[in-house]
Amino acid sequence: MSKWIEIGRLQDIPRLGSRVVRTASGNIAVFRTENDEVFALDDRCPHKGGPLSQGIVHGKRVTCPLHNFVIELESGEAVAPDEGCTHSHPAKVENGIVWLSVRQTAAV
Amino acid sequence: MLERLTKQKLVVIGNGMAGIRTVETLLERAPDLYDITVFGAEPYGNYNRILLSPVLAGEKTVDDIMLNTEQWYRDNGITLRKGETVTMIDRRTCEVVTADGDRVPYDRLLIATGSNPIVLPIPGNKLKGVIGFRDIHDVEQMVEASATRRNAIVIGGGLLGLEAANGLMKRGMNVTVVHLLDSLMERQLDAVAGGLLRKSLEERGMVFKMPAETEAILGEDHVTSVRFKDGTELPADIVVMAVGIRPNIELAKKAGLYCERGIVVSDTMQTYDGRIYAVGECAQHRRQVYGLVAPLFDQAKVCANHLAMKGFATYDGSVTSTKLKVTGIDLFSAGDFAPGPDKEEIVLQDANRGVYKRIILKDKKIVGAVLYGDTVDGPWYFQHLRDGTDVSAMRERLVFGAANLGDGGHAGQNSVAAMSDATEICGCNGVCKGTIVKAITEKKLFTLDDVRAHTKASSSCGSCTGLVEQVLAFTLGGDYSAAPKVKPLCKCTDHSHDDVRRVIVEQSLKTIPELMKFMDWKTPNGCHSCRPALNYYLLSTWPGEYQDDQQSRFINERVHANIQKDGTYSVVPRMWGGLTTPNELRAIADVADKFKIPTVKVTGGQRIDLLGVRKEDLPAVWADLNDAGLVSGHAYAKGLRTVKTCVGSEWCRFGTQDSTGLGVKIEKSMWGSWTPAKVKLAVSGCPRNCAEATCKDVGVICVDSGYEIHFAGAAGLHIKGTEFLCKVETEEETIEVIAALTQLYREQGWYLERMYKWCDRVGLEQIRKAVVEDHANRKALHDRFVYSQRFSQDDPWAARARRGVERNEFRPMAELAEMEPA
Repeated sequence: MSKWIEIGRLQDIPRLGSRVVRTASGNIAVFRTENDEVFALDDRCPHKGGPLSQGIVHGKRVTCPLHNFVIELESGEAVAPDEGCTHSHPAKVENGIVWLSVRQTAAV
Repeated sequence: MLERLTKQKLVVIGNGMAGIRTVETLLERAPDLYDITVFGAEPYGNYNRILLSPVLAGEKTVDDIMLNTEQWYRDNGITLRKGETVTMIDRRTCEVVTADGDRVPYDRLLIATGSNPIVLPIPGNKLKGVIGFRDIHDVEQMVEASATRRNAIVIGGGLLGLEAANGLMKRGMNVTVVHLLDSLMERQLDAVAGGLLRKSLEERGMVFKMPAETEAILGEDHVTSVRFKDGTELPADIVVMAVGIRPNIELAKKAGLYCERGIVVSDTMQTYDGRIYAVGECAQHRRQVYGLVAPLFDQAKVCANHLAMKGFATYDGSVTSTKLKVTGIDLFSAGDFAPGPDKEEIVLQDANRGVYKRIILKDKKIVGAVLYGDTVDGPWYFQHLRDGTDVSAMRERLVFGAANLGDGGHAGQNSVAAMSDATEICGCNGVCKGTIVKAITEKKLFTLDDVRAHTKASSSCGSCTGLVEQVLAFTLGGDYSAAPKVKPLCKCTDHSHDDVRRVIVEQSLKTIPELMKFMDWKTPNGCHSCRPALNYYLLSTWPGEYQDDQQSRFINERVHANIQKDGTYSVVPRMWGGLTTPNELRAIADVADKFKIPTVKVTGGQRIDLLGVRKEDLPAVWADLNDAGLVSGHAYAKGLRTVKTCVGSEWCRFGTQDSTGLGVKIEKSMWGSWTPAKVKLAVSGCPRNCAEATCKDVGVICVDSGYEIHFAGAAGLHIKGTEFLCKVETEEETIEVIAALTQLYREQGWYLERMYKWCDRVGLEQIRKAVVEDHANRKALHDRFVYSQRFSQDDPWAARARRGVERNEFRPMAELAEMEPA
């Protein structure tokens, strides 16, 4: 298990929005829901690699801006009938600070 | 906690499509409200009755048409009592009584007993080999008979009879169809179409005896022949009676519920006993009894809504359309086409092509349509019929159908029946006819939305929507569930675009959460379809007051650039009227060099597109462009895009007016405005029309004596020439009329509805009246446009490049160094 890394303040992510965290192995999109939950997914739609961080967030889902694939924020799974899954990473908020634990793809 | 310890009991009598669709919808709305028990007389789960014909014809199997397996009932906690008959409803004790004497209590009861085939009261009607055409058992009997016997007689030349006859013929039997009247399917077709249908069925080997009345069915134990009133006799090994259906209302009648032809229900599908509902073929609503699937689904929705205690939905009746499920025969009918003194007809008949179209008008509206041979426009006519559109403006080309024959993307094909399975129907997503048919049958799809979700066909540009609807109709038969008359804005709500717009004004709602709460949105914060729509409606209703919600904007409008397939963006600066200067060009060249922008392209709207810009570079790119006086071209916006011009009287030897100058003035007055969908303009300096103004949302054609204003053209998905709006004498008037027109569109258009579609929906005459004839109204519209522009004419690039607006949008939240191995 990777360690938790502080990535910034919750208020720096817009409600129902997303920000990008750069890592050596690609961008991770960090989403904030209406109820201030945070979720982190690889910033790549399983369909055609669209940047999920640029999508519209609704409930605990995000819609990819390229072809409207809808992805579950918790699991990274595409909502049926679409199929596919994007890699997710543990994320949490403590005292207004957002923490991210980057899961290496190989460890899954 | 006491809640839900004792759930209410819902009993459903009838395990058919109507009852189960109601239960399914109810489970979506209120999953835990009821303990549900379903009684079904047939020993099966729920199956798709409208697909019995293909089963008979050997094109499908019984398994193919099962809708809900027994597992489904278990998974949803529903008690299915199949093969059990309810013999009595005891309304006093609120119980139903089964044939075995078992009593089952209910809090609410749903009667969905469907209908029975009519059995002619003639001698011999009980002989072996005399069959109805109603359920799987009937079909099994017919299939069995066809294996060993030769001659079949089908009594009834209606939809059901012909489908039965076709199926038996496909199974190798000699089939004679007997019909009382001299025209087939007389309830759906007129005599001409009926004749064409007869001819093509005869070519396939079907024999007709009509008009003819059956007198008796003859035989000792099993049928051997049929005798007719005219004294003739025909040999028969089986006789299929398909003369019609009768609502199955015995149970309801016995329980003292008020019945006429069917069980009479209110607009909420309740019978005279408020605890008891009825849906489907057994129900009679506003004196109508329906035998097709589309109305039954509408009823199920309303009934489920009421059972879920959300009593806002009402059923207003359905207009139905019909399609014959006989492979290779293209036939469509809808509405009322009986002749009458107050009706007019438009007829197109081309015997060689085998095409016949008859459109029936009354009070400038379509009230009926019969199409044979070329049915691609069936859904289009049907839409206008249900919407009650005033079609007088398009009357002269009405019979030729929607202007979709010139559309690209499906190789000009417009008849699904003639297509092979490999024909591509959706050119955007590469979906072939066979794929769609397969998805419809295997995944049991009923609606356009279902098909879009599962196959992606018609989910991008939508130009093949008519074709996909045809495939649906073709695969399911006439009674597939057509898109509802009033379309909900999206799946998050049952309310339409117009409902939302009205409520925003009536209730003075000024934020998206307020609006969703008031209108009882089904999802916590909508979805990618409704949020941008609501944002636009609020923005256009409350200019200067509403706080634009960035998170409800599609990414392009949020970052003021166009996202590309690789996640980079394209940047298009405004070039007023298509004019530019050496300085601007130099700045663009410098920006392209400095930021290593890989592609520079001239657009169709007379501007320059810089493609492949990284998101984090956008503010710096804009800053450099701003320095040269360049501002956002809104090439990403549901708003004013470009005003294309020709050179006009300043240079051109034919120019009658300064079209370039006028174009610049129009663009200066209109830039920054948000509209339901994109708006493109053009100004041509003479009728040679070099700026191609007559295929734009708004186009001006300069003539010597003034300015012709045209609008509602399109040259994308659809090719459509503009409509003439009016002619004015001065540039000032031109600008005022265009502003007023745009404002009317902003106030009435549905989100993503282009101007030509809006015009099609509300009618050219209405628009002309509001913008041209009513001067006071024109002025008021113009003033509202100008007022709203006060808040929107702020260059979004400068705001972000210079004033730090939305700074976070363009930078990463964090950058993590090289990861240690896990």
